[in-house]
Amino acid sequence: MAFHIDPVAGRLAFTGARLLDPATGLDTIGDLLTDGEVIAGFGPGLFAEGVPEGAAVVDCAGLCLAPGLVDIRTQVREPGEEHKGTLASTGQAATAGGVTTMVCLPNTLPVIDDMSVVEFVARRARRVGLTKVYPYGAITQGLAGSKLAELGMLAEAGAVAFTDGVRAVADAQVMRQALNYARTFGLLLVEHPEEPSLAADGDMNAGEMATRLGLTGIPREAEVIMVERDLRLVELTGSRLHFGHISTGQSVDAIRRAKARGLPVTCDTAPPYFALNENAIGEYRTFAKLSPPLRSEADRLAIVEGLADGTIDAIASDHAPQDEDAKRLPFGQAAFGGVGLETLLPVSLELYHNGHLTLLEVLALLTHRPAHVFGLPAGRLAVGAAADLTLFDPDRAWQVREYELHSKSKNTPFDYRPVQGRVVLTVVDGRRVFALDP
Amino acid sequence: MSAFPHRHLLGIEGLTPPEVTALLDRSESYVEQNRRADKKKSVLRGRTVINLFFEASTRTRTSFELAGKRLGGDVINMSVSTSAIRKGETVLDTAMTLNAMHPDVLVVRHPESGAVKLLSEKVNCCVINAGDGSHEHPTQALLDALTIRRRLGRLEGLEVAICGDIVHSRVARSNIHLLAIMGARVRLVAPHTLIPAEAERLGVEVFHDMHEGLKGCDIVMMLRLQTERMQGNFLPSIREYFHFFGLDYDKMANAKPEALIMHPGPMNRGVEIDSVVADDYSRSVIHEQVEMGVAVRMACLELLSANLVEAPQHNI
Repeated sequence: MAFHIDPVAGRLAFTGARLLDPATGLDTIGDLLTDGEVIAGFGPGLFAEGVPEGAAVVDCAGLCLAPGLVDIRTQVREPGEEHKGTLASTGQAATAGGVTTMVCLPNTLPVIDDMSVVEFVARRARRVGLTKVYPYGAITQGLAGSKLAELGMLAEAGAVAFTDGVRAVADAQVMRQALNYARTFGLLLVEHPEEPSLAADGDMNAGEMATRLGLTGIPREAEVIMVERDLRLVELTGSRLHFGHISTGQSVDAIRRAKARGLPVTCDTAPPYFALNENAIGEYRTFAKLSPPLRSEADRLAIVEGLADGTIDAIASDHAPQDEDAKRLPFGQAAFGGVGLETLLPVSLELYHNGHLTLLEVLALLTHRPAHVFGLPAGRLAVGAAADLTLFDPDRAWQVREYELHSKSKNTPFDYRPVQGRVVLTVVDGRRVFALDP
Repeated sequence: MSAFPHRHLLGIEGLTPPEVTALLDRSESYVEQNRRADKKKSVLRGRTVINLFFEASTRTRTSFELAGKRLGGDVINMSVSTSAIRKGETVLDTAMTLNAMHPDVLVVRHPESGAVKLLSEKVNCCVINAGDGSHEHPTQALLDALTIRRRLGRLEGLEVAICGDIVHSRVARSNIHLLAIMGARVRLVAPHTLIPAEAERLGVEVFHDMHEGLKGCDIVMMLRLQTERMQGNFLPSIREYFHFFGLDYDKMANAKPEALIMHPGPMNRGVEIDSVVADDYSRSVIHEQVEMGVAVRMACLELLSANLVEAPQHNI
């Protein structure tokens, strides 16, 4: 990479940018000035008197300048599986994707179910100095689904939400107690909605495609059954709950109804679930083996509808690095997951290019809405707020190729996909941490 | 008319303020007597008290035993968990067997809520509930009330925080009822997992933060946390529980400066209470509670057996 990361924050003068702040609906041509780690000012004609002396000028030439993206579902793999990804490699992938804040799952080795691991991740991420990293804590000790983890102390140590990662809390009483206990401290739980007994040994979505390929199907009911169960438990306990990466129309319907009844629930999805369907598996492409599995076209359309009508609160990258050894296997033996940090923005922008959502609506799903759900100080353009910014060209066309990704693991389900929209510059706390090679 | 017009003492719920006051007043008279060298009276002479314990207990059983003996009664202890139940006898069979021996008072503890009530319906004598499951432990609430009344001179208007494992606690339930009857205000402080459903319906205020819950209170009543609750089903760990809900000086600083610390015992030091707080005799009245226990039980035995004389004997 030819680009050099700013070692310290100075002053950056962005001139002639299309300023976009989805939280306030701002969409105007103007300038923005950072001073140290914060935004010092922005708006049309900010530099009418000239650019402040000593500020480095970034000529935006009408490109979009928006709050840095907030990704609420990233698997970093450090500690424990550094051959798949590290805080450094994931940070590079994140900044290349315009992501300035990410919340990382606790399914590391060791699991983030102890304060010392929270502190390890925080300390390592600070040293790496790229994207801001907030850890999830585990709901249950060792993600084993039976005994509550120390949610209160983990939260004090810095865990921003709690999840058992890529596993659901299968036992209803454990989930009930977890919700109850979390409510004591006002904590947010995040569920991977999948009834494990229905998903056991499953490879892909149940249906014609699985039948033709001779693969074991995971019925979409595996998801909605867990969603419905948890909605009842939310009603019982009064606790907040967020569903990660929903993939079916049934789930969208259930959550839409729950929200209408006033239950404190939110949810997110990930680009594969509104941009791909199970046909992407083709002839056993293991890069398209995801959890939850890619669903039918009807489900994909329902997810788009859920995004458009506001039922779905956020789009997460669902970044799940797997090394070649974990993917270059017969489909049934290959690992689940795809990397997503670098395709998060361009694939999400398809919703805008295809006319389903406005540009600001798409950005809202990637910035202040997830930040709001997780209570993170991010995702807005505001004077005095952290200067976490992404400068992108919404129209620039390129083709996703796995070998060009910054991520250490290359397992993208979007390989070869022509996309529109590219991150040009990423700023974290007033430091330029990524710039696209010209 | 008797001061306590009930055949049994099965719970606090449903008692009237004059009835509670009568029990406390009578208890008060025994406190001084228990401090004298000669502690013996003879109001229970010729009476038989059987302590029937279906659950292990040391302090409550000893307290009742002493109470009975100091009043001159014949006291027999039966730990059923180690005898008949093992041989397959039901609660009612055990009760009927003992009933046939004509006891005057049965003091019963049982691990099942409602078991003492069930038993009381089948015997001719008075029954005192010494703790049934998670339901009631009336003499504990009375001894707590006596301790408070002697220290602060009243119950009415006091702010009492009951903290810890409310959901499984018979002590908490009896205290909630008694304090409400006597006009004190009760707050429950615990994580959500240890607060029973719709607890507010008992007329209490519920808190989930010790600092908030103890603010300005006159009494801090800690409850024992059973070890089996600490294993991850209700709470993640002992250290987390102690960190957020264990009583230490930091949390205690929110209470009134002269607030009292109570605990029904036995204590788990370093779990629900910091050792130095428990042993701070300027604040902690934990040993006084034990002392009041004997006096309260003497009063209960006396007042109930006094009714027996007047009550017609009826055979089953």
